Amino acid sequence: MITAGIDCGAKTVKVVVIKDGQVVGKSLVPAGIDAKGAAEKAFDEALAQAGLSRKDVAKVVSTGTGRKEPTFRDEEVTEVTADARGAVFLFPQARTVIDVGAEEGRAIRVDAAGKVVDFAVNEKCAAGAGAFVEAMARALEVDLEEMGKLSLQAKQAVPMNAQCAVFAESELVSLVHAKTPKPDMARAIHDAIADRIVSMVRRVGAEPEVVLIGGVAKNVGFVDSLSRDLETEVKLPDDPEMVGALGAALIAAE
Amino acid sequence: MIANYGYKDGSGEYFISIDTDKCDGCGDCVGACPYGVLITGEDPNDPFREEPVAMVSEDHRKKIKYSCAPCKPVSDRPPLPCVAACGSGAIEHSW
Amino acid sequence: MTEEFWRWTESRWTSPDIDWKSGDIITAGCDVGSVSTQAVVMVDGQLYCYANMRTGSDSPDSAMRAINWALEGTGMTLDDIQYSVGTGYGRVNVPFAQRAITEIACHARGANFIYGSTVRTVLDMGGQDCKAIHCDERGKVVSFLMNDKCAAGTGRGMEVFADLLNVPITQIGELSLQVDEEPEPVSSTCVVFAKSEASALLRSGWPKEKVIAAYCSAMAHRVVTLLERIGMEEDFAITGGIAKNIGVVSRLEKELGVKALQTDYDTQLAGAIGAALFAKALVEKQRKGK
Repeated sequence: MITAGIDCGAKTVKVVVIKDGQVVGKSLVPAGIDAKGAAEKAFDEALAQAGLSRKDVAKVVSTGTGRKEPTFRDEEVTEVTADARGAVFLFPQARTVIDVGAEEGRAIRVDAAGKVVDFAVNEKCAAGAGAFVEAMARALEVDLEEMGKLSLQAKQAVPMNAQCAVFAESELVSLVHAKTPKPDMARAIHDAIADRIVSMVRRVGAEPEVVLIGGVAKNVGFVDSLSRDLETEVKLPDDPEMVGALGAALIAAE
Repeated sequence: MIANYGYKDGSGEYFISIDTDKCDGCGDCVGACPYGVLITGEDPNDPFREEPVAMVSEDHRKKIKYSCAPCKPVSDRPPLPCVAACGSGAIEHSW
Repeated sequence: MTEEFWRWTESRWTSPDIDWKSGDIITAGCDVGSVSTQAVVMVDGQLYCYANMRTGSDSPDSAMRAINWALEGTGMTLDDIQYSVGTGYGRVNVPFAQRAITEIACHARGANFIYGSTVRTVLDMGGQDCKAIHCDERGKVVSFLMNDKCAAGTGRGMEVFADLLNVPITQIGELSLQVDEEPEPVSSTCVVFAKSEASALLRSGWPKEKVIAAYCSAMAHRVVTLLERIGMEEDFAITGGIAKNIGVVSRLEKELGVKALQTDYDTQLAGAIGAALFAKALVEKQRKGK
């Protein structure tokens, strides 16, 4: 059976097409201002990659903030459900799933059967999501990937006091004026966001294995700060931002 | 006086309210809080008050959502240690 | 950066009606904020002189410059002042002050002096924070909150919007009123997300005025919810930089169904006046103790 999952996030739309439990096509396109159009485009791209057409797909399940946007969806599931399903499929031992996207952070606890037990969400405040890291990278004038790598070269932990992305930008400017080395600032940024994510994770209990998904999982600096703060190894899938869409596709196949 | 320490941001309202008329500055809440959120001292907002009063420490005011998170697990929520420790019922959390 | 918005100029003033030499209790209050510093001298609880100037990079120095400028030409020296209280962000760095008292307490006391004893709710919207204070007829704080964690509802948040729309911040208020119909408020509280929302609205063809109106109304709504927490009661007064933004103030008054009090005083002085009044009360307390 062929099914598809589409994850309509704040910044990007992701589609995963699976056939009998195997991924046969995937795509990622910017959400832009036309969410419906982006969903169509992402779906067609993933199908093209799989060499399939829409009529071959038995069922489409959507998830994400914009999950009502794709007109071709058969069903909708919440991000929590989709994330948990996708993460447990990739890491059967997973008990804690952390999803950090552009505008939301989420911590989910699952039981041995992969069922969601508890979850906590941080939304509507940039300080607890990927948007924080993006804003800081802009202020430092480095691209995201570079900032992640810089962070690993930090010599010391510099505290950041501001708890708001806007005020943190001003604080970063003072750190620049104080001639703080760039790697130390990068580390301060990642430590700050990791600290907020970890306190959310502790509300659901941080039982191993811990799996990190979502776009921010590709930031090596953040992963480093998060692992240190959690005092545990964090498992990373190859395509962390696709896990929600994968979960949706798996749910569609059930 | 009701002293509201904390903030409101896009994600919600996070205030610890201390009724300074009920608070006698005993400091039981300070010992009960595992994260050093509460302190006692001279009331910075009432220069004529003689006895000490409880307040949220400067370090925690901008992040109590996070500082207090471990005492607020999503399920099986026990009573908050600071609220339980306060014999005069002076402490309230808004979330 | 923030200075432009507040549209204030450095100033000093001496009362022509008071002979300080015949005064009994002479006190000073100094409010060192992140943007501006005010020093006032009061003679027997009446405003005698003040100076209002920019805060420099050094708080103690800013406080000294402000008090020296206030005293200029009065014949009074620091030695003539019996008691001084520091307040504001840099309150512990006022070299001539015997005591530091929070801006919460001082604002309430100062507003009581400026607006009269009927004022019950004071909203202070500054460059980096937002304070809501509920006080009694003597200017004593009944409840308060101070939000300095989040940029939403502060001058800094408004600045981010002014930058995005490329509109001078001083014109935001007027421009926001040039809409035929009031748009829905911007739905995001967070300044970062509200900015993305505004960019999307601009791309979809909204004129600048409409986007500004949507933001001013979101800001007004946010402040109303903060006022609800401390218990909004009339009379109501607004101080701080945003008090000068008619776009936010008019929407705030509309949502509350209340008009904010007006005064001839420079409302930036509220904190320093409150501090000087506390200083007077502390002198009286000392005398009683003796």
